[in-house]
Amino acid sequence: MSATTATLPAQPRVTLRLVLWGAVLVLALIPLLNQLPETSALHVGDFIVSITGKWITYAILALAIDLAWGYTGILSLGHGAFFALGGYAMGMHLMRLIGPRGAYGHPTLPDFMVFLGYPELPWYWLGFDMFPYAFFMALFIPGLLALIVGYLAFRSRITGVYLSILTQALTYALMLAFFRNDMGFGGNNGFTDFKELLGMALTTPLARAVLFYASLVALVGSYWICTRISVSKLGRVLVAIRDAESRVRFLGYSTTQVKLFVFVISAVLAGLAGALYVPQVGIINPGEFSPGNSIEAVIWVAVGGRGTLVGAVVGAFSVNALKTWLTTAAPDLWLFALGGLFVAVTLFLPRGLVGLFSRKVEK
Amino acid sequence: MTSHTILYLDDVSVVFDGFRALNNLSLFVDQGELRAIIGPNGAGKTTMMDVITGKTRPSAGTVKFRDTDLTLLDEAAIATMGIGRKFQKPTVFDALTVFENLELALKAPRGPLACLRWTLAGEARSRIEKTLEEIGLTARAQDRAAILSHGQRQWLEIGMLLMQDPELLLVDEPVAGMTDQETEHTAALLRRIAGTRSVVVVEHDLEFVRALDCKVTVLCEGSVLSEGTIDQVQNDPKVVEVYLGR
Repeated sequence: MSATTATLPAQPRVTLRLVLWGAVLVLALIPLLNQLPETSALHVGDFIVSITGKWITYAILALAIDLAWGYTGILSLGHGAFFALGGYAMGMHLMRLIGPRGAYGHPTLPDFMVFLGYPELPWYWLGFDMFPYAFFMALFIPGLLALIVGYLAFRSRITGVYLSILTQALTYALMLAFFRNDMGFGGNNGFTDFKELLGMALTTPLARAVLFYASLVALVGSYWICTRISVSKLGRVLVAIRDAESRVRFLGYSTTQVKLFVFVISAVLAGLAGALYVPQVGIINPGEFSPGNSIEAVIWVAVGGRGTLVGAVVGAFSVNALKTWLTTAAPDLWLFALGGLFVAVTLFLPRGLVGLFSRKVEK
Repeated sequence: MTSHTILYLDDVSVVFDGFRALNNLSLFVDQGELRAIIGPNGAGKTTMMDVITGKTRPSAGTVKFRDTDLTLLDEAAIATMGIGRKFQKPTVFDALTVFENLELALKAPRGPLACLRWTLAGEARSRIEKTLEEIGLTARAQDRAAILSHGQRQWLEIGMLLMQDPELLLVDEPVAGMTDQETEHTAALLRRIAGTRSVVVVEHDLEFVRALDCKVTVLCEGSVLSEGTIDQVQNDPKVVEVYLGR
């Protein structure tokens, strides 16, 4: 793991910053080009807007995983849980906003509650009709869960593969719990049929564009936060923990505290990604907790290049582009391709796609 | 126990699955003293270090640093109190530069937020530069630790200990695998460090111990076999028996 660098020389860093802002600019053009008449050569279809918006939220999740895994060596195979919890919190808000427009026409209860015979709204659904509260919970709940699980795990010095198994079990347990109807989260159907958000009907181009730009801003913001951490002394402590945790402890750092700090930030970012994802795809169900989702997200980071923030973003976009293409072209092959990709990257490209370029840069 | 005693081990035992790694060990180290600990393999040298630094809890006995009971504290707390340890296998952070390695070790607030806000002020920078000079790595400051030679890694690690400004330094086999010249340089470095702080060196190499020119403690089967100058212990019949056999 020590092959990855925490610090780049100054010159490539400037080049990198230009490339990144260029990429942000290109992404920012997508919803604008969508507004052009369909006859125009530069017109971008609705599908491209919605799928790119989705990938942007995936890129935020990838950054979150990279901060924990690539920098700190915490290989969480359950980050999908934080993503899904953020998504559920936003989903609850969207459900509350449906109001009497549901199939059963009940003024406050979502359809599934009417169907299951709930007399009134469960207490934990209160307040979710207010956007600021729902948005806060989308960040707070994943952060709180990470704080509790992280505290118990890091304090007991559970590391490496044991931590991975633990996080994997966590997301699996949550999936089973959310499948239950009596949890009050819609059981296996989850939430869907959303109508509006912040006064905008979700099907309008305006809502799509707003969500797209909100995701893009969130990605830039997350990238900025992760960069701030990685270039600070804290970033060097993280790399040191990744490579030799007990040595860092003997230097007088509480590695438990540092890891907890990073793990919670990472979970909050994953929750943010989930909250932006759900209104764009229009559905959230317990399948989002499935362990396979978390593993896939780890593969994005591995493919892009762990331990470099650009790598996480590049990985999220490129693997998902491949997935979109392959699941249409040859749906049966996708899982084999994903597994093969992971093996190939581990064997031949330990520094990921970004490693191909940065080696040239370093010369 | 005199008022100058900085480290105080009394009647310490460590039992692993019935095996007594330390057996009623008693040892006192004075302020500013340089002390060498020698002994055959399995004598308990590393276990003793583990007990002092909080890695292993003793089964019985007293371990004190000044007036603080070390058996109640964890590694980070002990390190913060002023006990620095250099491991047998040098563990510097390969992905970081020599300068960054020293910066991490520098005595400063250790919390995550403090590290996030940390900026390298003039005084801290000059302390790092002074240490770089002391360990002879000024020219390598911006190189990654991964490309240092074996001897240079050992010095970097000693430098990292000095950055923590410890009152007591525990140094485990510093010259294993070093060239003669590197060994000499290391002995001089340790002699220079002692005086302002206490240094305990665990070592196999008797020539190196002679070069340290200090009080020597011989451990055997988890307890003290002999103590004195290098000549005294080398002529002690008990030591001769253990080292050379009957």
